[in-house]
Amino acid sequence: MPSDAHLLRQSLCDPAHTAHLNEIEWDLLIRQARRAGLAPRLRHVLGEAGYIERTPEPIRRHLDTALFVANRHHEALRWEIARILEAVEAVDAPIVFLKGAAYVAAGLPVAAGRIFSDVDILVPKEKIEAIEAALMQYGWAPMKINAYDQRYYRQWMHEIPPLEHVRRQSVIDVHHNILPLTARYHPDAALLLEGSRPSALDPRARVLAPWDMVLHCATHLFHEGETNRSLRDLIDFDGLLRHFGTDPAFWDTLFPRAQILELSRPLFYGLRYASRLLGTPVPESARHAIEHGKPMLPIRFSMDWLAAQGFRPNHASCADALTPLAHFLLYLRGHWLRMPPWLLVRHLFHKAFITPKAKAAKLSR
Amino acid sequence: MNLSHLSSSELARALAGPGLSLRTGQFTTRIQTRIPAAVEGIGTLYADHPLAPEGSFSDFHVRLLRPAGLRRWYHPQVLFAFDDFIPFKPLPYDHAFPMLEWGLNWCVTSHAHWYLILHAAVVEKNGFAAILPAPPGSGKSTLCAALVNRGWRLLSDELTLINPHSGRIDALARPVSLKNTSIDIIRSFAPDAVFGPLAQDTAKGTVAHMKPSADSVARAHEPATPRWVIFPKYVPDSPPLLTPHPKGHALIQFAENAFNYSVLGTLGYDALARLIAQSDCFDFTYSRLDDAIATFADLAAPHAI
Repeated sequence: MPSDAHLLRQSLCDPAHTAHLNEIEWDLLIRQARRAGLAPRLRHVLGEAGYIERTPEPIRRHLDTALFVANRHHEALRWEIARILEAVEAVDAPIVFLKGAAYVAAGLPVAAGRIFSDVDILVPKEKIEAIEAALMQYGWAPMKINAYDQRYYRQWMHEIPPLEHVRRQSVIDVHHNILPLTARYHPDAALLLEGSRPSALDPRARVLAPWDMVLHCATHLFHEGETNRSLRDLIDFDGLLRHFGTDPAFWDTLFPRAQILELSRPLFYGLRYASRLLGTPVPESARHAIEHGKPMLPIRFSMDWLAAQGFRPNHASCADALTPLAHFLLYLRGHWLRMPPWLLVRHLFHKAFITPKAKAAKLSR
Repeated sequence: MNLSHLSSSELARALAGPGLSLRTGQFTTRIQTRIPAAVEGIGTLYADHPLAPEGSFSDFHVRLLRPAGLRRWYHPQVLFAFDDFIPFKPLPYDHAFPMLEWGLNWCVTSHAHWYLILHAAVVEKNGFAAILPAPPGSGKSTLCAALVNRGWRLLSDELTLINPHSGRIDALARPVSLKNTSIDIIRSFAPDAVFGPLAQDTAKGTVAHMKPSADSVARAHEPATPRWVIFPKYVPDSPPLLTPHPKGHALIQFAENAFNYSVLGTLGYDALARLIAQSDCFDFTYSRLDDAIATFADLAAPHAI
């Protein structure tokens, strides 16, 4: 394994680590942080720990700017949330914001230095059409996608095709569940909606209950198939647990909730790797409860290897000979969990052969 | 140490191997490439630029490379990579050097948000800066190249970097990009000017880059105070004509053409308002470069400031 592969993770976990970096090491750290989408987070962590003053000036300006831009995104996001609430006002349905938008709306510490591209909301399935129509009246329009993707979303996914605002180009993903309809695990979306609560930003902008937020975050760690943002996702997971986990009652609710929502396995993996890689504190009393989600030894063994690879920044300095294989396997695994085998074969065949062909035909026209 | 201290084989070896750390104004960029046209362009046009000492931090890591596969032989192409990330579609192989220049501009405009970055040329005299914003085709680059060959210091031909805290402008001092007929106009206006490789049939027509003066490069760390905003317009057979340009309008034009105005928010607005308030704003129509040089000399004459 390349010796630099842990530079970013170490610096985020222990900012004191940066006090002794030379310019070449800083150079690499900035590159890895950019690639992993964690430069603003790194600036935030260094600032909190009092290490930013020690950062050499030519490096500091990159970090300062990254956090400045992230904060501007948050400002824009709060405004965007207000526009969305305005658009769906007439629809009688809870609007639950997810992921980055939820962290900002709830004012959680994990939002600091978090960058994101889209706004994700969860709504009752039977209200999807009313909400889509309401958003369209306020300028959001379905992004242009081909017929296959259209069907992929409508028939198999847990969300409708993304909507883009015609003037602002902001994108909103409207979900009716947190995992695809075809996925291995089937969390009951009604329970998630029922447990949701008003956010600090605006009572109409709801967010998931703490344990559900953590479980949703855990599903992201291992269902995406994309490794670009894996470390960022693990840092979200760690940040949520550090925040909510100070309340002992939280842990007592978390594990039974994971069983009810069929998410014990993702929770097991999340806790395993967050505590191993980021030192996330897990109370001793919770250790036995984790066992519910524990897979058999050979599976655990291979996942440990995949995770060690997948949670590195996607940068050449972190790669070894086996990294491409690991990323490919994680991609396959992400899809494997999202859909049954027959559908997976069909989907990957389509993505590999038919989509590019259709694109080429369109271009040559 | 300046780049010209390297022999051409040392230069090619550095670019092909670990990369060359080039200092342009406030930025250090590590460049790697094996493409001969790019190596030649860098050797010619960045000869006076300093190299960063071994072991320094680089703001940007860029590579120019040839895509793998059939494209090696069939209509060969060139790719610009920012670290592991490819921000643009490939271009024809002959456009390697212009692609490097466009890529370097992109590095600055998409990362250096500690500046308000305007799309404008900017030159300096006696510590004061003249900003030349203009849509393509208005002769902005031609005028900028002419001024730089007549004693004005080049800060940049494309990117005006305003420090929102000090209100001053930092220099880039990179090669000036000239297009189509401008190339020959400047060649005859300034026979001593040094040009890099000519790239035909780019998105902007034929493109060549002019080497910045050694003085501009040596003084690239000196900021300048904004003093004039001049919207140039080349009009055939026109006498040189300088007319006041409404300040409110200038502000709106800058806001629309800035690369990162919306990223900076209030900080950007304040910086822009201050810049406009302290600058005289003009429209300038001209047809002969000598007339333009005379008009600019009058503006910058010590008694006029």
